[in-house]
Amino acid sequence: MKPFTQHTGRALPLDRSDVDTDQIVPARYLRRIERSGFGPFLFAEWRRDPDFVLNRPEFAGATILLAGPNFGSGSSREHAVWALEDAGFRTVIAPSFADIFRTNCGKIGVLPVELAQESVRALMDAVLDDPTTEITIDLQALRVSAPAVHEAFEIDPYTRWRLLEGLDDIELTLRNVDAIDAYERARPARLPSVARP
Amino acid sequence: MRTPSTLAEKVWERHVVHRAEGEPDLLYVDLHLVHEVTSPQAFEGLRLAGRSVRRPDLTVATMDHNVPTAAGPVDPVSRTQMDALERNCTQAGITLFPTGDLGQGIVHVIGPQMGLTQPGLMIVCGDSHTSTHGAFGALAIGIGTSEVEHVLATQTLPQRTPETMAVTVEGELPAGVSAKDVILGIIARIGTDGGVGHVLEYRGSAIRSLSMEGRMTVCNMSIEAGARAGMVAPDETTFAYLEGRPNAPTGSEWDEALEDWRSLPTDEGATFDKEVSLDAAQLRPHVSWGTNPGQTVTIDEVVPEPADEAAERALAYMDLRPGTAIRDIRPDTIFIGSCTNSRIEDLREAARVLDGRKVREGLRAMVVPGSMLVKRQAEREGLDTVFAAAGFEWRDAGCSMCLGMNPDQLSPGERCASTSNRNFEGRQGKGGRTHLVSPAVAAATAVLGHLAAPEDLDG
Repeated sequence: MKPFTQHTGRALPLDRSDVDTDQIVPARYLRRIERSGFGPFLFAEWRRDPDFVLNRPEFAGATILLAGPNFGSGSSREHAVWALEDAGFRTVIAPSFADIFRTNCGKIGVLPVELAQESVRALMDAVLDDPTTEITIDLQALRVSAPAVHEAFEIDPYTRWRLLEGLDDIELTLRNVDAIDAYERARPARLPSVARP
Repeated sequence: MRTPSTLAEKVWERHVVHRAEGEPDLLYVDLHLVHEVTSPQAFEGLRLAGRSVRRPDLTVATMDHNVPTAAGPVDPVSRTQMDALERNCTQAGITLFPTGDLGQGIVHVIGPQMGLTQPGLMIVCGDSHTSTHGAFGALAIGIGTSEVEHVLATQTLPQRTPETMAVTVEGELPAGVSAKDVILGIIARIGTDGGVGHVLEYRGSAIRSLSMEGRMTVCNMSIEAGARAGMVAPDETTFAYLEGRPNAPTGSEWDEALEDWRSLPTDEGATFDKEVSLDAAQLRPHVSWGTNPGQTVTIDEVVPEPADEAAERALAYMDLRPGTAIRDIRPDTIFIGSCTNSRIEDLREAARVLDGRKVREGLRAMVVPGSMLVKRQAEREGLDTVFAAAGFEWRDAGCSMCLGMNPDQLSPGERCASTSNRNFEGRQGKGGRTHLVSPAVAAATAVLGHLAAPEDLDG
């Protein structure tokens, strides 16, 4: 995983609540077996509208997504985060996130930043007012800064450490392989294992 | 004295492999369910890192999301994904139920049907509706592909401790009100993010009175309230369902299991972080009008005035006007199926309503059993004949029209009464419009041509 320490960039204001992962990447694009190349399918349906924010030239090159509450709800598809990453987004700022989406972000190094609704609103207004507005997200200092907005944010310390160091989860777990072995030895024999009926 | 604990806490505790200050608990996974869509990149990740599958014997795979449910050629893109799963399972020694196998079906239907889903287990799958298995008192969590890879490699998963929420439904469910109406009623009440960060435990006499199929329907849609999982305490109904199933314990192990399972329910005096309760007697058949499962009202109501911009957008997408009676909405298509409502009892419920009646002229109607074994069981009971005589198509098992990634899709503008779980924009096909309903409401709607409760047929 690519480490995430600090990022400065321009933002895309997606002023909608409950953006589900079916909107982020519709199901018909999930039939690829590769992990890359999902960027072109990001918000595939909404993108058909020429006025949709992602189509507006003033927001081209944005690397920060600003969105409404409960972002990433619904399906567990990690393809949603792959699409965001592939389209150049390094972070999503929203008042709240769905659990699986938040976890998926943390696994591949796209930083989910939770800020109070008023602060997200202020950032959206600033960006709508001047699309060249730059926002800085500092994971070391746990701060979001823009010309008119300076906010602290929280993230669970373990995920923060993993993101800062760019650490692979499986590698970390395998440090405890002895504990896994011991647990397995103690499992009751009656627990099911998969045998064809 | 031991501190009283909840069902979720008990199941969690028995799976902790490693615990350290400032780290998420590392939990052992008893059962890992795999399907073709969220696994190819995980297997590829293992290969790139030179890792292997730690416990193929605790892993089971099926093909469900992208498979066609009618005869005909398989789309080459879907075929590639299905072939990849087959290759990956063969290489890793994982049991796979491919299309054409009697064991094939929707991943959340086959686990319980094989008796693999048992009380007290930790179950994961790269699918958000994994919460279904919580109906047995298992802790069942939907995960992303990176986590699928993690479980394949280590048979464990690091998880932050969830909060707990009691959802109590007391009383007797009125006639015509099913498990689907219970869960839609709960989501309408707590909202699509009401359960975020929480494991929900469904409790109360109305929940206890549900069959295992009904409990699975309720737990299935926990994710639609944003919850990490949903659970029901195991009881005699659970044990009766499990006894004699292929992977259920037998002999002295069955007795041992029973004793253990009886220790799982939430202790007297245990506390939940949040509590909500509903009166079963007040519940009515529910129908969604908007583009998320929280945008739901009862069949007797009207399309509500939009309360915010999201509701306005939903109304525009659904082509509905506030004030329209729900019963005046006329679907083009009826879909009975999905991991929410495709089990034998769901099919019986719909068939009871359809028996001796006909689908309204001009409507497209299909039934997609959740597994090939459910299909066979239904055929033994003659339900296929009831559906066919009414004018329903009788399909093979799969996710089908629940999500638009196989040939069963809505066309732009097409309106569907669907027993599935998500009414998101385009969920059932680009531009399609979804109304979430129970199997009984889907059947009554098929006959009358407008959204209807089964009682509407009696007049």
